[in-house]
Amino acid sequence: MTTDVAIIANGGANIASLRIALDRLGASSELTSDPAALRRAPRVILPGVGAAADAMDRLRALNLVELIRTLPQPVLGICLGMQLLFESSEEGETSCLGVIPARVRKFPTRDGLPVPHMGWNRLTPRCQSPLLRGLDDAPHMYFVHSYAAPVGPSTLATSEYGAEFSAVVQCRNFLGTQFHPERSSRAGSRVLANFLELQ
Amino acid sequence: MVKGVRFRDHQVVGDILELAARYCDEGADELVFYDITASPQNRTVDRSWIARVARVLDIPFCVAGGIRSVVEAEEVLNAGAEKVSVNSPALTEPALVDALAKRFGSQCVVVGIDSQTVGDEFEVYQFTGDPQRTRGTRRRTLDWVREVQDRGAGEIVLNCMASDGVRQGYDLRQLRAVRPVCHVPLVASGGAGTPEHFVAVFAEANVDGALAASVFHTGAIDIGELKRYLSGNHVEMRA
Repeated sequence: MTTDVAIIANGGANIASLRIALDRLGASSELTSDPAALRRAPRVILPGVGAAADAMDRLRALNLVELIRTLPQPVLGICLGMQLLFESSEEGETSCLGVIPARVRKFPTRDGLPVPHMGWNRLTPRCQSPLLRGLDDAPHMYFVHSYAAPVGPSTLATSEYGAEFSAVVQCRNFLGTQFHPERSSRAGSRVLANFLELQ
Repeated sequence: MVKGVRFRDHQVVGDILELAARYCDEGADELVFYDITASPQNRTVDRSWIARVARVLDIPFCVAGGIRSVVEAEEVLNAGAEKVSVNSPALTEPALVDALAKRFGSQCVVVGIDSQTVGDEFEVYQFTGDPQRTRGTRRRTLDWVREVQDRGAGEIVLNCMASDGVRQGYDLRQLRAVRPVCHVPLVASGGAGTPEHFVAVFAEANVDGALAASVFHTGAIDIGELKRYLSGNHVEMRA
């Protein structure tokens, strides 16, 4: 029997809340870095807490970069996992997975806004998306990040902290949320449920 | 909004789970669990409850209490906590903050600071969970706030001791002094008694969060009502 979601084991410590959130939705999950398990999973989540350069180093060491780039099933990057979908990141000056052609940058510290951006913030959807189905207008989600992805053609929803940034992205079968759906109460749970329905 | 839940022994875990679920349901944005006796007694938190709390919560929560090493922090995070908060152990061993930030990222590392006004200055206190061991550290609060940020703290909870538990309002003077040197999220703690106190601390001290415990535990303030009141007073927050 196969699990509903494979979570890429990339050395992060904060996986428990994600697994619990999936469990609450009745979805089984497996934490793995085994290429075969990742290939056969119906859906894959790339979590991420930590720094971009470290996370990419680990993916390279696990020999997973090319594998992730070529996965055909729905893939959801969460927080740093979303940022890794981009071409590169200013955080540790690293190249990333290169699915979305843009660069992740540090929040400008001008305006006196505290960094990291940590807390609940509104989403502004830019277009219809199965991932955002059934959400209230401008729902609040829980964000924790010091770097942000620019708004571009892949942006499904934005949020604002000093400046507008990508809060939800999609490029083909690759999706990403800058917020933590697993810690964003009912609205976040809805996003995860929507992801679980993607084929 | 952030709130604290204080408890001393694991016999009360059942109550903790119930309380955690209730606060979460009422709209708390984050919960902080303090085991305030952990550091004075030189023991760490009993962690069996963390995984159970994680199961009932779908909002972030932070665990504070006697976390003295990367290994201990990792256990807490692996059990499902979003953040760890260090206070007394960081004063004893400041490099702990660097080590935690390096391993888990700054966003996981909260530094709690117990501070009070001494003359014209603000001074950091240690081991405040036990009145017998509470002591001034001779560290100036503003210096310590700067130092822990340099070491990688991603959030600072400033507990203004003179205000704590007396419900006369947050220590706006002290919080206003700390705000300009605090470039990471600053959470006010100590003194909340009325909804107006919350409005004042956001409007006048420009903090990023306000933590309260006793007014919620006693039912003096209902979280849902408080949030509606704050929204009506130009404090933007999750409904």
